[in-house]
Amino acid sequence: MVKYKKTLMSDGTEADVILRTTDNANIPTDEANTDYQEYLEWVAEGNTPEEAE
Amino acid sequence: MAININAKTSGVGGLETTADNSGNINIQSGGSTVMSVTSSGVAVTGSFSQNGAVYSTQPSFRNLIINGDMRIDQRNAGASVTPTTDGTYTLDRWTTRISAASKFSVQKNAGAVTPPAGFINYLGVTSLAATSVGSTDYYAVSQFIEGLNTADLGFGTANAQTVTLSFWVRSSLTGTFGGYISNSSGGRIYPFSYTISSANTWEKKSITIAGDTAGTWLTTSGIGIRVQFNLGFGSTYQGAANAWNSSNIFQPTGATSVVGTSGATFYLTGVQLEAGSTATEFEHRPYDMELARCQRYYEKSYNISQSVGASTSAGQEYFQVAGARNINYGLYTTHYKVPKRASCTVTLYSQNGTSGYLSNGDSGANLGTGGVLFISSENMFVSKNTGSTIADGTVISYQWTAESEL
Repeated sequence: MVKYKKTLMSDGTEADVILRTTDNANIPTDEANTDYQEYLEWVAEGNTPEEAE
Repeated sequence: MAININAKTSGVGGLETTADNSGNINIQSGGSTVMSVTSSGVAVTGSFSQNGAVYSTQPSFRNLIINGDMRIDQRNAGASVTPTTDGTYTLDRWTTRISAASKFSVQKNAGAVTPPAGFINYLGVTSLAATSVGSTDYYAVSQFIEGLNTADLGFGTANAQTVTLSFWVRSSLTGTFGGYISNSSGGRIYPFSYTISSANTWEKKSITIAGDTAGTWLTTSGIGIRVQFNLGFGSTYQGAANAWNSSNIFQPTGATSVVGTSGATFYLTGVQLEAGSTATEFEHRPYDMELARCQRYYEKSYNISQSVGASTSAGQEYFQVAGARNINYGLYTTHYKVPKRASCTVTLYSQNGTSGYLSNGDSGANLGTGGVLFISSENMFVSKNTGSTIADGTVISYQWTAESEL
């Protein structure tokens, strides 16, 4: 099952990139990106990404 | 009507003319018109030649399909892929639609048959089982064409142009086969049918489709037109062919199911979608140009002949850290060779092929997990996001893929 995780910048704020942990793909938060579209659908289904470490 | 000037090829030799007052002139050879001059311009039938070299009379870049001759396979470098998730890409620009995993494989030049004359590659589908296609199941290979490249067709307007889809196909099965073109949402669909008459024989097919004057057709960097070749579609999606519909009819009734026969093959090449009602000769574009067009949607650091995830240093990025760098600090910016359609999904690989990892560029050993702080359509900014601080002078390396498919 696909899973996602938030990522961090050097100052500790969230980066505009989501990590798909099932295949280590870095997904930009750009709605033209089809993987980000899938992520948004996944969230809309009630799922929650892991928090960044 | 027109004035005809005919060079005779039989009987008493010479020119013969017929005259009227239409203002048009036909230049004929043996009674067949090869050039017509009218008030709207000059129309040529056949080809131009200069000093023995024949030039196409068709406009360049008329083929809206990218990698229609199946030359480019960046992801798999000729290896077979068995799609396990819907939307798995195979040869460049060619994706798969599946409702269940592992029912067929796709490979460049699968089966090693001789392609049609003028081609050296084809996309080869092999059915892996005798799959019973359920009422809502679907199996297909597809190409999604960017709206910026289909805008001139005027689909969804009163000025929608007729288009013609042509391709070479070869299958171990015979009968009626199906496919469709549609808009991005799938709300406007034109299912088409074609017949394969002889098993294991290349046949060229041509389908002319009146442009759709209804529906919403994207003219942006989203999907302009979907082109799909069906390998099996459930009864829910079957209906009349060769007419536009808005009712989820994607497959002609009774079309052959390739996945229904274990070991069945379905090979495809020379795919061309163009404006007009005639299938012109396939447009052979230069390899470097076609590769660049593919790289608008997918690119890799690996050498072209190297499969992604291979254990190799060839092609990877190398850089040396000046000063110690903490976790999640930016390290290096990679610029793509070709700007992408949109911001990319990026995957990093270590030198030994582990996804998500950076390597020590000197030893080749995994250094820790890599991350990407920024991603755009033109570059990415890489970091190290777990483990310890990177020591001053460390050489770091990584391979990468960047994807912005439709």
